[in-house]
Amino acid sequence: MTARLPLPVAESVTPAAPAAARVRVPRLNAKYAPLAVTVTLFAAMAGYGSFAYDGFFSTQVFLNLLIDNAFLAIVAVGMTFVILTGGIDLSVGAVIALTTMISAALVEHHHWSATVVIPLVLAIGAAFGALQGVLIQRFRLQPFIVTLAGMFLARGLCYLISIDSISIGDETYAALSQARLTLWEGASLSVGALLALGVVAVGIYIAHGTEFGRTVYAIGGNEQSALLMGLPVPRTTVLVYALSGLCSALAGVVFTLYMLSGYGLHATGLELDTIAAVVIGGTLLSGGVGYVAGTLFGVLILGIIQTLISFDGSLSSWWTRIVIGALLFAFCLLQRIFETGRRGAPSTPE
Amino acid sequence: MKWLLAHRLFWPLVTLVLLLAVDAAFNPGFWHLQWRDGHLYGSLVDILNRAAPLAVVSLGMTLVIATRGIDISVGAVVAISAAIAALMIGGHLVVKDGVQTYVSRFPMGLALASALAVALLAGLWNGLLVAGAGMQPIIATLILMVAGRGIAQLITGGQIITVYYAPYFFIGSGFLLGLPFSLFIVAALWLALHFALTRSALGMFIQAIGINPAAARMAGVPQRLIGVCVYVFCGFAAGLAGLMISSNVKSADGNNAGLLLELDAILAVTLGGTLLTGGRFSLAGSVVGALIIQTLTSTIYSIGVPPEVNLVVKAAVVFAVMLLQSPEFRALLRGLVFRRAPGVAR
Repeated sequence: MTARLPLPVAESVTPAAPAAARVRVPRLNAKYAPLAVTVTLFAAMAGYGSFAYDGFFSTQVFLNLLIDNAFLAIVAVGMTFVILTGGIDLSVGAVIALTTMISAALVEHHHWSATVVIPLVLAIGAAFGALQGVLIQRFRLQPFIVTLAGMFLARGLCYLISIDSISIGDETYAALSQARLTLWEGASLSVGALLALGVVAVGIYIAHGTEFGRTVYAIGGNEQSALLMGLPVPRTTVLVYALSGLCSALAGVVFTLYMLSGYGLHATGLELDTIAAVVIGGTLLSGGVGYVAGTLFGVLILGIIQTLISFDGSLSSWWTRIVIGALLFAFCLLQRIFETGRRGAPSTPE
Repeated sequence: MKWLLAHRLFWPLVTLVLLLAVDAAFNPGFWHLQWRDGHLYGSLVDILNRAAPLAVVSLGMTLVIATRGIDISVGAVVAISAAIAALMIGGHLVVKDGVQTYVSRFPMGLALASALAVALLAGLWNGLLVAGAGMQPIIATLILMVAGRGIAQLITGGQIITVYYAPYFFIGSGFLLGLPFSLFIVAALWLALHFALTRSALGMFIQAIGINPAAARMAGVPQRLIGVCVYVFCGFAAGLAGLMISSNVKSADGNNAGLLLELDAILAVTLGGTLLTGGRFSLAGSVVGALIIQTLTSTIYSIGVPPEVNLVVKAAVVFAVMLLQSPEFRALLRGLVFRRAPGVAR
């Protein structure tokens, strides 16, 4: 991408913020505003659902949001880091499909043990991401086009393994797929949901508690400045894409457990849902601003839209896409307003 | 000889000729053309006809990419335009006085105009988001890409609408002067664009915006207006392609029409020598790029590899093309070739 205008890193408080705004919301730091909007929106949707539909307000309905969207949450955490650096990863859905395919083929056709297959597919995912990262970093290629080609490649590799769906009958996978952690009477979580919560927790720690995380934010703020500060920019960029690949592979494992099959058409279009979740979660697409916790709420909002539509019963499934599109639009516009406010002057398109 | 090698269409054309040669090697009747019932038939004509919608979309995409933008909503716009045309035409067979006539729901002209008008609106929406609101092009068009499929399915009611109205089929599978009608659409669009871009300052403006948007604005180029216009045109081209595709398959499928077309279009534009970073662009190159992609598909069929492998081949082609476009990679290659002269690499 081209050199950006110097953008203050998230931590700095903008002196240009209008005094009136500061008086009205004395506690809320401007950097939390997108996150606050997301959380409020989620609460509003949950509240609406609870009033409008019988049986909506139960713990299991909310836990199901996590169970059914566990893979999305895991991918979205990886994607958050990529977008924080100002990049994008379109290959995530294809890597999930590839993971389900490799797992299914190794387990079913070659009778490998799950304990070998799972680490192996995770390594493949990370390597795939790292390779894309090297192309982007070393040869200055656009992340968008590199990961697009990566998406073609991963989907194509699925079909090289098998054109048809392979269902998994392996005992370990079946057991893991059925396993539930009962929290209390009538409320339980699946392995995938637990993994998703774990990944979000680790993601938050990496973003805010490690040198790597701070470098990611710095690259997104201004790559040139980050380089001049002596931060390990090339290494971090490659690692970010490797992390996204690893998350995709882990999501692929969860997806395999969820579907108990491998198929080249699994998770088509998931990259769009993932980007939507990250954007709705309050991460700025220009990089440098955003929170992993926000992404979790973004995923939950996508999940709750589907739940609301299925509870309603009269709306067709394609309304999900239209609503997601509308939300994406609203949040992008909101981002432009925040960005313009932050820079203190109307900015121009790149 | 040197000017030939330096010509920007040289490598795309060489690729096309190589692919055609491979086709001919595996399929002896490949070059064979025959004149039957006043039409020209043959594998080459098939390739041209199938590549036509992609070529139309690629022409629109070329201008968008030339201004440093990207439009990933074209597939969704194709689906919307196809859905509107199919819904408004519908059509059924009526036997009147012993004569079979096809009746459409609305006049065909109105249906085509509405489909194209909605496609123009879709383009305008993208243009306003990118050039007006200043969103990143990928994200601005992502919105329509996500919502567009939903809208298309809303129009078709989630069903595949079949068209029973013979005159409509002319657009995608009719023949004019012995050649597929779709070729005339591509030729007309290309000629119109070519003259608009070379006979006025428009082409130069687009190139200037692509090379340096800030400098172009300083120099008085109406950057926002042109930015909106290229997206409107891209939407129009996608709408046109939607009509061609739905007319060819005689139906509209909100879910699958034009699926992954945006990727093929970007690939065609890149193959044609247009830089993804904006600036240099070539309309003829994009048409050649579309032909390369369609020929590649038929090559894969003729070699007897499962068509799904196409994706891996396309991925390899994209990687190769973008690496060759990268100055860093060229420098690395040069460094490897001229290792004895270290000064050459940088």
